[in-house]
Amino acid sequence: MSVPLITLLGRMTLAFLEAIGAVSAFAVQAVRFAIQPPWYRQQILRQVMEIGYYSLPVVGLTAIFTGMVLALQSYTGFARFSAESAIPNVVVVSLTRELGPVLAGLMVAGRVGAAMAAEIGTMRVTEQIDALTTLSTNPFKYLVVPRLIAGIITLPFLVLVADIIGVMGGYLVGVYKLDFNDVAYLRNTIDFLQFQDVFSGLVKAAVFGFLITLMGCYHGYNSRGGAQGVGMATTNAVVSASILILTFNYFITEAFFAR
Amino acid sequence: MSPKISLKGVTKSFGPKKVLQGIDLDVATGESVVVIGGSGTGKSVLLKCILGLLRPDSGSICVDGEETADLGDSVRDRVMRKFGMLFQGGALFDSLRVWENVAFGPIQSDGMAPDAAHDVAIAKLGAVGLDPEVGELYPAELSGGMQKRVALARAIAREPEIIFFDEPTTGLDPIMADVINNLIVKSVSDLGATAVSITHDMASARKIGHRMAMLYGGRLVWQGPTSEVDRSGNPYVDQFIHGRAEGPIQMQVRSL
Repeated sequence: MSVPLITLLGRMTLAFLEAIGAVSAFAVQAVRFAIQPPWYRQQILRQVMEIGYYSLPVVGLTAIFTGMVLALQSYTGFARFSAESAIPNVVVVSLTRELGPVLAGLMVAGRVGAAMAAEIGTMRVTEQIDALTTLSTNPFKYLVVPRLIAGIITLPFLVLVADIIGVMGGYLVGVYKLDFNDVAYLRNTIDFLQFQDVFSGLVKAAVFGFLITLMGCYHGYNSRGGAQGVGMATTNAVVSASILILTFNYFITEAFFAR
Repeated sequence: MSPKISLKGVTKSFGPKKVLQGIDLDVATGESVVVIGGSGTGKSVLLKCILGLLRPDSGSICVDGEETADLGDSVRDRVMRKFGMLFQGGALFDSLRVWENVAFGPIQSDGMAPDAAHDVAIAKLGAVGLDPEVGELYPAELSGGMQKRVALARAIAREPEIIFFDEPTTGLDPIMADVINNLIVKSVSDLGATAVSITHDMASARKIGHRMAMLYGGRLVWQGPTSEVDRSGNPYVDQFIHGRAEGPIQMQVRSL
């Protein structure tokens, strides 16, 4: 028997609203526990290494090639209007405001968000989370809070590194391929860069760090049904974090730069 | 004397499926009660309700006379301190070494120094027949029987007043199952603890339980001393302990 379209739409809307409610409740609970002791410092440090240090190669590679492509593509366009001198400006502003935080966020979502969902999901289906409770350890405080804190702290540092490496990529292409004067390229980069460009990118990074870890923990924590459930949680963590990153990127940009 | 654990009219449903339909059970201090029943009858749900991992829909669960259904975080931590639990699959933390698993409760929850907790862990591993070198391994490097022993060592590491055993012998060969049963009996006796076990392994149930209760259809259809189980006169119990396909318990199987 076919289900009427309006019923189907109604069910989907309800399921969507239910999911938003569940994620919001999870986030509120996580924040509530994050501001209450005890804090598991070892776990926070471990997650800082996992999210930050081990993500450096992938974020660095993404940033350097993005900076290089940006310089190359800008040159193709700007050369028509004899505006080549704007290339350092375009590279640094694009990277610090948008591409640094968004690309680093998406890369970390793929690498760390998936791993978090898989790890916590496996702990859920093998009753390790229940075991934490029976050992008088709050699973939220032990598993979720350290990841959230580490995500919020670490992403801005990663983005700062991505900004620097990306600008260096643009510099390499500008100076060694497009024959810019190296001193002039750097002076243009620094002269055009404003504090707000970097600051807005770092704010985005902190928000993205929260979203990535929240989605990884939420989907892992609520996974069900063995290996298939863990696999689904992993996929959902990456997809939802990526969508949220792009959505929040727009709203933060509007908050900072809309006139 | 009031019972250590007391359940009155406990019900729990998942959607339309009524898993527990009014469970009444008292467990005295120092007593070992085994809940028997087939797969999917709600034994694990019952245990998780007592532990506070699941919230019952209605009814009362008291530990030492204290209602546990709606406890705040700090009070719950105090009540959980009384519990130890051996999970069916062990539920060992696979990112931690064996000794760290055993010492987890003393370190994280009781604030014991890692060096002292290491000594406690090695002593508890010894109590379940494992060498100190095993403490340096990761759970994935152990056999199923060794994992169960480590899980038992973790369950008794904080010397709990009440220990729960969820299918302690599932997946083990008969000899290793008997080894685990002996360890459970010895651990519970040494600690003077109250024990609640769930199993469908009758050899295990006979060995570790002072009293048995049979769960079927969401209700306890029989309770009595272990020595009485063979002459219970209850058709459900008779069918279950003799492992017969014919009887009042009908398994949900489709004909070929």
